[in-house]
Amino acid sequence: MKRVAIQADDFDVATELAALEQLGGGGIASFTGVVRGEGGLIALELEHYPAMTQAQMTRIVDEAMARWPLLGVSVIHRHGRLEPGARIVFVGTASRHRGAALESCAFLIDWLKSDAPFWKKEHMSDGATRWVAARAEDEAQALGWKA
Amino acid sequence: MAALSLVYFAWVRESIGCDGEQVARPASGATIADLITQLAARGDGYALALGDVARVRAAIDQRFAPLDTVIGDAREIALFPPVTGG
Repeated sequence: MKRVAIQADDFDVATELAALEQLGGGGIASFTGVVRGEGGLIALELEHYPAMTQAQMTRIVDEAMARWPLLGVSVIHRHGRLEPGARIVFVGTASRHRGAALESCAFLIDWLKSDAPFWKKEHMSDGATRWVAARAEDEAQALGWKA
Repeated sequence: MAALSLVYFAWVRESIGCDGEQVARPASGATIADLITQLAARGDGYALALGDVARVRAAIDQRFAPLDTVIGDAREIALFPPVTGG
């Protein structure tokens, strides 16, 4: 099972996990990213490169499936305006082995941060807006998987 | 050869003031970095967006590409800041 979705709408974590549990693997790992409401942030706006995003996320998922013995992978990334507490991203992996499920889940979220064409803009309560700068650690984290 | 499509994202798009345009295809052998230098020389928003090449990333035909990549017969070049998804 391979599911890659880019959508404005919310997703249901329980539904996504249930689909992975039905693959008979025995080990399911997942990561859910949620908008942090700190420092006066009222919304995050996520822009992406529609012509590229689906293909690029599929390449990242294919890479994970080549590295670990996975029965299923689900990756969902939202775009548009998201308020604090809103889910942004979901990664779920299913395997016969917990190590493969956990490691591939960490790999996928690191690679989504550094290799998927999304950009976040912060909207603050005082009306200011600011594009989020890429963090050098995120790039380093993803490079670690390439070593 | 057909014109080259450019697409812009995030603050590159905002500084330039449009989400894309068609330009004349650069001379053969030109790289993405050459194109960026040429665009930045237009001044104003272009200089603001593309003047500091170290802050710009690119894709050729929907694949990430280093700035020293030759444009060749590519159809679409995207210019944007480092990505911040996840």
